[in-house]
Amino acid sequence: MLGLGKKDLRFLLIVLLLTLAAPILLNPFAEGSAMAQFNAGYPDLMQRIAIFAIFAVGFNILFGLTGYLSFGHAAFIGIGSYAMVWMLKLLTMNILPGLILATLMGGAFALLIGYVSLRRSGIYFSILTLAFAQMSFNMAYSVLTPITGGENGLGPALGDPRILDAAAANGTIPEVNLFGLSMRATYELDLAGRVFQFNAGYYVCGLLSVLMFYLALRLFRSPFGMMLRAIKCNQHRLNYTGLHSRPYMLSAFVISGMYAGLAGGLMAAMDPLAGADRMQWQASGEVVLMVILGGVGTMLGPVLGAGFIKYCENIFSKINDHVLHDWFSIFPKWLENLLVTVVHPFVGQGWHLTLGVLFMLVVIFLPGGLIEGGQRIGRLIRRKPDAKGKAPATTPAE
Amino acid sequence: MGILEVKGVNKRFGGLRALSDVNLSVQQNTCHAIIGPNGAGKSTLLNCLVGKLIPDTGSVLFDGQSVLGRKPHEINQMGISRVFQTPEIFADLTVLENVLIPCFAKRDGAYRLHAFETVAAERDILAQAEQMLRDVKMWEKREMHAGSLSRGDKRRLEMAMCLSQRPKLLLLDEPTAGMARADTNNTIDLLKEIKGRGDITMVIIEHDMHVVFSLADRITVLAQGTPLVEDTPDNIKGHPKVKEAYLGEAAH
Repeated sequence: MLGLGKKDLRFLLIVLLLTLAAPILLNPFAEGSAMAQFNAGYPDLMQRIAIFAIFAVGFNILFGLTGYLSFGHAAFIGIGSYAMVWMLKLLTMNILPGLILATLMGGAFALLIGYVSLRRSGIYFSILTLAFAQMSFNMAYSVLTPITGGENGLGPALGDPRILDAAAANGTIPEVNLFGLSMRATYELDLAGRVFQFNAGYYVCGLLSVLMFYLALRLFRSPFGMMLRAIKCNQHRLNYTGLHSRPYMLSAFVISGMYAGLAGGLMAAMDPLAGADRMQWQASGEVVLMVILGGVGTMLGPVLGAGFIKYCENIFSKINDHVLHDWFSIFPKWLENLLVTVVHPFVGQGWHLTLGVLFMLVVIFLPGGLIEGGQRIGRLIRRKPDAKGKAPATTPAE
Repeated sequence: MGILEVKGVNKRFGGLRALSDVNLSVQQNTCHAIIGPNGAGKSTLLNCLVGKLIPDTGSVLFDGQSVLGRKPHEINQMGISRVFQTPEIFADLTVLENVLIPCFAKRDGAYRLHAFETVAAERDILAQAEQMLRDVKMWEKREMHAGSLSRGDKRRLEMAMCLSQRPKLLLLDEPTAGMARADTNNTIDLLKEIKGRGDITMVIIEHDMHVVFSLADRITVLAQGTPLVEDTPDNIKGHPKVKEAYLGEAAH
C-alpha cells in the first residue's frame, strides 16, 4: 500500500501515531512537579521539532544519500520564510499559498545555487554553498531591505492589502490560519494533573512532516535513491555505467532545497516574523549537526537528531543557577556550590557547550549517530534470550 | 569496416609520446587482444576509447560515430562498457544493487527522475539482474555488500555489471590480473560463453598469454606506443618481431 513494503508501511504508521500522540507523550510529568520543566509537550517546542525534522529529513536526502555536504541550506529556510510572509501580506492569512510558494522558491534558489556549486565536489562544494548562503544573508540584511525588512525583519502589518481576505473589522491583524482554523487554536485537556495542549499549528507542522517523511521514504526506496547512493559510493563507476551524475546531484539538491523552503515557510506561518538571521551559517551548521547526531543516511536519524537538539536546547537553556541550587540542595553547602560551579557553564546560556561535547562523543563512539546507539542497545537486549539457549531468530532472505 | 576504427591516434604526456600513430580496426563480434610490454600504451589507448582521455590527433569511430569529445556516460550509452584494471564497483551497495544500476541505465538512459517508483516493483529489471547474477554464479551472494567480496568476486561482479547492459563493445583491462588460476579459468570460461553468443565485440588488454590465446581472434602487439604487428594468434606466436619485443621467454 502507498507504494511501500510491509515493513516500511508499519514504520510509517508508527511515525504517524507518535506524531499524533506527541502532545500526550511529551508531557509525562505532572504540572507543578519538580520534573515538569522536562516536559516538551507545549506547542511552540513541538512545532519547532516538527519543522526542523522536515528540514533535516530533506537535508539528509542530499547529505545522507549522495555524501555532498552543503553548508548553505539555511538560505533556503530564509527564502521560504520571506515567501511565506509576503503571501501573508499580499494575498491572504491562509497559510496554504504561502507554503506552496515557500516550497517552490526554496527549489528555485536551490536550482540556481546547486547549478553553480555542483561544478565542484568535496570541500569546494561545501565552501561554495556556504559562500552563497552568507551572500544571501548579507543581501537580506542590507541591500534587499525593501523586500526583507532588513534587521527589523518582515511581518504582516495592518495596512497590507491581503487581496483575498475580507477587510479586517476591528483594527487588528487577523490571525494566521488554514481555511479559517487559527494556528494558535489550542484545545487544552486537563487530565491526571497534566495539561495536554492540542494545538492546530502543531498538527499542521506534524502532519506535513509525516507527509514529507513519507515522500523521503519513497525516494530512499526508489531507483533514484539507489543512484544517489551510488554517487556517494563511486561516481567514477556511475559515469562509466552510462549515468550522468550531475543532474542526479542537482535533483537531490533541489529536492532538499524544497524541503528547506517548506520548513522555512512553516516557521514563518507559526510565528509570522521572518528575520535574516535565519539564513546565517550557524543555522546551516545546526542541520548538519542534527543529521550527524541522529544518523546520516538513515530514515529516522534526522528526525531524532532534530528532536534531540531542539528539546535539549529548550530544556538546557532554561536551567539557571537557581534551578541548579535547587537540585543540589541535598548536598552539604560547599559541595552544592562546587557542583553548581562545575555544571554552570554547560546549562543556560552555555548549553552549546553541552551540545558540542555530546556531538563529539557521538561522532567518536557512535559514528552512526543515535540510531546506531539504539541498534546497539536493541542487539544487546535481543542477544540475552540467545544466551539462555533459545534458538536465534532466523531472518528470511526477503 | 570494423565496428571500432582507430585512425592515426597520437597522445603525448609532456615529453612522453604515449601513443604515436595508432591504427586499429576491430571487426564486429570478434575478440581483439592488445598485448605489449609495460608502458607500451595499452591502457592509454583504452582510456582514449572511453572518453577518459582525448587524443591529441586522430579519430576514433565506433559504429560509424566519433567518440572523441563525448563524456564517459555518453560513450557508455552508445554501447561501450569497460571493465577496469582494479575493479570499480559500488562497494557500499549490495551485489544485486550493483547489477540493477547498469540495468536501469540501459533502460532509462543517462538520467531519469524516478524518485517515486520502487525498485521492488521493477520486475523486468529485477529478473534481468537475477539472470545475470545466476550466469556469473553469484546469486547466493546477492544480499552481500559488494565491498566485502573477495577480489576475484569483485572482478566477476564488475563483469556482470558490464554484461548486464548487453554492450556492443566490451573493453577489458587485464580482467584476470592478480587472480588465482582457478578464478582465471572461470573468467575465461565466462568470456568464452559470452563470446559464443555471437553478439558482442571484445577488446582485451592482458598480460596472461593463456587468456589471450584462449580468447582472441586477432592480436595487436603494441610497443612504445605504436602497433608492431596485427595478426591471428597462431601467426603471432611464431612472429620473430613479437618474440623479440615482448614474448621472449614467455612464448617458449
